[in-house]
Amino acid sequence: MKVRYPLATLVIKTAELSPSALWALATSRRAMASYEITFGASLAAALVNTVFGLLVAWVLVRYPFPGRRLVDAIVDLPFALPTAVAGIALTTLYAPNGWIGARLEPLGIKVSYSWLGITVALIFIGLPFVVRTVQPVLETLPPELEEAAATLGASPGAAFRRVVLPAVIPALLTGFTLAFARAIGEYGSVIFIAGNLPNVSEIAPLLIVIRLEEFKYADATAIAVVMLLASFLVLLVINRLQRWSERRTGR
Amino acid sequence: MSVIIGTLRSRSVTKSSHSSHNARGEPAVVRWTIISVAVIFLTIFLVIPLVTVFQQAFARGVGPYVNALLEPDALAAVRLTLLVAAISVALNVVFGVTAAWAIAKFEFRGKSVLITLIDLPFSVSPVISGLVFVLLFGAQGFFGAYLQAHDIQIIFALPGLVLATVLVTFPFVARELIPLMQEQGTQEEEAAISLGASGLQTFFRVTLPNVKWALLYGVLLCNARAMGEFGAVSVVSGHVRGETNTMPLHVEILYNEYKFMASFAVASLLALLALVTLIAKVALEKRAASE
Repeated sequence: MKVRYPLATLVIKTAELSPSALWALATSRRAMASYEITFGASLAAALVNTVFGLLVAWVLVRYPFPGRRLVDAIVDLPFALPTAVAGIALTTLYAPNGWIGARLEPLGIKVSYSWLGITVALIFIGLPFVVRTVQPVLETLPPELEEAAATLGASPGAAFRRVVLPAVIPALLTGFTLAFARAIGEYGSVIFIAGNLPNVSEIAPLLIVIRLEEFKYADATAIAVVMLLASFLVLLVINRLQRWSERRTGR
Repeated sequence: MSVIIGTLRSRSVTKSSHSSHNARGEPAVVRWTIISVAVIFLTIFLVIPLVTVFQQAFARGVGPYVNALLEPDALAAVRLTLLVAAISVALNVVFGVTAAWAIAKFEFRGKSVLITLIDLPFSVSPVISGLVFVLLFGAQGFFGAYLQAHDIQIIFALPGLVLATVLVTFPFVARELIPLMQEQGTQEEEAAISLGASGLQTFFRVTLPNVKWALLYGVLLCNARAMGEFGAVSVVSGHVRGETNTMPLHVEILYNEYKFMASFAVASLLALLALVTLIAKVALEKRAASE
């Protein structure tokens, strides 16, 4: 009850509005732009995390190297570091006069206060989801399978593509979806680096906060309902994927 | 959804199989290139931001750093954060243990719904978690008129901060305990009861000791999130300096006022908390694996 009841107020609140009024608020130009930015950047970040998350998980499971345990522990940093702290640190780094931003500026790449900055923040918070989903599956995958493939004449690349990848695909998709789910709701780490220009770099969760601070509760609720529905959908996909993954790996 | 926080059980079990794997097949050059790419990626995206926090905090030396932390509003933020986290973690230990106990040891209708509900705060934006309390208890909210008539302040006050934090951090303890309690089953409890133990005795002397490490692990993660929570708390706080500003909110205010050094000084305390959490997490995993 404790969890369900507060979230139910969103439904009750929207019931006070006529469906057409709700629709108009939820699909205003600024709201539509914020969805596009939120979902676009979340998708980009989740894709980057899928590639590098698999790489990191692979290295952690298969390659013993000095400092591996430290690297393994560091992967959880985004879970432990408060989002606001990550936000100001990334903004400082990627600002035009920042340590990384100053190096990208001559190349014509502007990260802070742009769509790219939002993606960088979302990569930060989403990475552990992919690593921690793929890692246990890789650990249960015996290296002997690849050895068998190699004995049969497969190159290491082919063995990876034909033996390892099919086994981790369900976990990889789950990790991608978890990272995406976390990204669409993310607020703290994004708002500093985004610059928050309406229609350009304003994410949907921020627009909810802005509407609340203007006491436009109906506007805030309309956008929140859209985001909530998106979260439910993603949650549904995650549950399906995890069931598939469990069947595939027999865990 | 348990992978979201990585349960102690599965992590500690898989840990031992690490060393048995050896790289075979690909040449050393390929192996070291892959390791380098992974390490460089993690350095750029995780390590450098962390280092930046401390570097910026101490940019003008130790004296200004200490002064920034001793500033009354900063101290008030630290006190408030500790208070909110203490209340929230205590409440979620009670709720989490109760929910996990009910789910793992009893059969009842709607159990899968309850499990989904526990996961919900993980997948909902923290901003929305805060919003629902404004809609419930805000001036124009559901109970707004009643609360105003009785002079009870929830939103823009401590109760609101605690409610938002409890909702956001609720899954941590429960999620950690459910798989472990399910795995342990009910035999030990049944044995205790058949030997004459009361329900409470069984709980405190059998059930609770059996899950102590997982509980501690859940508390650790719950506390880290409670102290660092930003989105949900930001919506219900009202941002009154020295009164309803937690540390993460104080970091934001200072940053927006271009007081970067002071902002990073407060942020460095939170980063330190994150580091302590990570170290304690590794230690707990080791401890649980050795038992």
